Amino acid sequence: MAKAVLMQGNEAAVEGAIVAGMRFFAGYPITPSTEIAEQSALRLPQVGGKFIQMEDELASVAAVLGASAAGMKAMTATSGPGFSLMQENIGYAAMAEIPCVIVDVQRAGPSTGLATSPAQGDYMQARWGTHGDHPVIVLSPSSVLETYTLIIRAFNLAEKYRTPVIFLMDEIVGHLREGVELPKAGDLIINRRKMSFHDGANKQCYFVPEGEYVPAMKPFGQGERYNITGLAHDQSGFPTNDHAIAGRLIGRLLDKVNRNVDNIVRVEEYAMDDAETAVICFGGTARAAMSAVLEARAAGRKVGMFRPITVWPFPEKQLRARLPQLKSILMVEHNYGQMLLEVQRIVGGAVPVDFLGRIDGTVIPPTDILEKLEEREAKQHAQ
Amino acid sequence: MPSDLVHEYMRIDHLPQIWCPGCGNGVIMHDVAVAIQELIEDPETGLRRDDIVIVSGIGCSSRAAGYLDFNSIHTTHGRAIAFATGIKFANPKLHVIVLTGDGDCSAIGGNHLIHAARRNMGLTVIAFNNDIYGMTGGQYSPTTPNGDKATTAPYGNVDRPFDIANLATGAGASFSARGDIYHARETIDIIKEAILHKGFSLVDVYSICPTYYGRKNKKGDAVEMLKWQRDNLIPTARWYSMPENERADKKLIGILSYNDYPEYTEEYAKILEACRKKEKVKEGAKR
Repeated sequence: MAKAVLMQGNEAAVEGAIVAGMRFFAGYPITPSTEIAEQSALRLPQVGGKFIQMEDELASVAAVLGASAAGMKAMTATSGPGFSLMQENIGYAAMAEIPCVIVDVQRAGPSTGLATSPAQGDYMQARWGTHGDHPVIVLSPSSVLETYTLIIRAFNLAEKYRTPVIFLMDEIVGHLREGVELPKAGDLIINRRKMSFHDGANKQCYFVPEGEYVPAMKPFGQGERYNITGLAHDQSGFPTNDHAIAGRLIGRLLDKVNRNVDNIVRVEEYAMDDAETAVICFGGTARAAMSAVLEARAAGRKVGMFRPITVWPFPEKQLRARLPQLKSILMVEHNYGQMLLEVQRIVGGAVPVDFLGRIDGTVIPPTDILEKLEEREAKQHAQ
Repeated sequence: MPSDLVHEYMRIDHLPQIWCPGCGNGVIMHDVAVAIQELIEDPETGLRRDDIVIVSGIGCSSRAAGYLDFNSIHTTHGRAIAFATGIKFANPKLHVIVLTGDGDCSAIGGNHLIHAARRNMGLTVIAFNNDIYGMTGGQYSPTTPNGDKATTAPYGNVDRPFDIANLATGAGASFSARGDIYHARETIDIIKEAILHKGFSLVDVYSICPTYYGRKNKKGDAVEMLKWQRDNLIPTARWYSMPENERADKKLIGILSYNDYPEYTEEYAKILEACRKKEKVKEGAKR
């Protein structure tokens, strides 16, 4: 291991992305993500990469998709209001299968909201922000080191599945400074999209062989001329109004993620082996949750932490596997109950699901979590 | 029988095109194809077919990208220039040509137009300007003349129109020009110059939409609309020999502004080179 360095979450996102091969960044300033643009502007030219400050977030994501079509690993970063502006082209990336990483450092909304305060109110937007049924992968880090390593995974998944990957940070992690020991470059896996089309009669840009889900992607300007569109298209990449072809296309796009859930989903389970209560949380909220769990354990209570790292698709199988041992669940998130809906769907009333959330831009302290756990215990004793 | 041009530069499988009878868009697509063909055939230009990327937005104009046999990307409404910026910046050796419409580039995408012009990003933007939103059935656009009718201006258009070529000039475009569909040869030559221009270039090509704009405003059929272009749009050679008072209600077909400002990706390449040298020195010092 290398010696520890002091690093900010937003900075770690850039450093990790560069290690992953990001060589193009287009963005627009917005709190609390701006340091990602600043750091990219500074660092990218040092590694032969390119930074451009665009006129708005609509342009930023469009430029990222253009650069990715030209063969570069590309990224943009924003926060709530800018993330809303990016939604249309996130759908385009899903439809045209252009790999990209979009960082959303969440802040308190709605609208301009509390620009410098933490929140996790974009959980649903990250999944459903763009119109139409579409695949998406969303990852959420809870520390500076994890920001660094997980954003590498974000690029790997984007390249592997040719789909947009949302890197869902929050102000807590984005502005956090921690000492981190960065892993050696040799210990990291870096993926790249398949770049050459299938030969012969099937030399079509969106041809996918039986049993596979992801077509190869040749950068523009490298010999084979082809067409990209956001319209429903056939394997040759041209628009079609044929409903059977359109249905197969959208089905395959969704299958890319749905049939590879085991490969995509990651979850951190802490002290869950004998846990009777699970505290479920993600991103920056996990820091308070972890303190609360440690304190509860010290007091001899069987509490564990279940933290989705892949927040979309939700680690459904993993949570289901824990249900038989659980007596209750406490969902903690900095919103009015968004991941809660997903948890309730999976739990289906099997155990009580309590909720602790915040919408005022303040941070949930561990004491509030402990209090909530005690409330549940008191209820259980009373029964 | 399709001509050699069609065989060589268009995707025959995807023709015929979807445009209405009398639409001017096919003429502009033809002009773009001829301009590219002539540039490729001229060994002095060094232009290679696979280095050309056609980018379009949404609307009648933007269907042209799919018919032309080059690398092509049909993007979202208004964002063609922003996508093109990413492509050009990622790989500056590519010739990126944006095919867009008056609504696509001066309403929903107006911000990207002026900023690409300001940056002098090395793109060529061809605006298919038919004064109307055709794909959605004839609503007024930013270039619909004041007082004219449209489905969303049943009592006449209250807005004052943009002159897209002047808008680009005002935003700092290093090359801004106007073409039309009547003066095809002149327009082809303008497009050729625009493609060869190193920085940002825009050609505002006046198209016609007999179906939605012409019919609603009693402009006659396609032939009548072409005659209007013949009589009111004046190529450069004739323009300057015309008495000033005759020019008043007419428009110039030709290059309106030209500058040799530094091109964006070339300027950024200097930063990359300086950083590369610095990193090399650092590495040397480590050894």
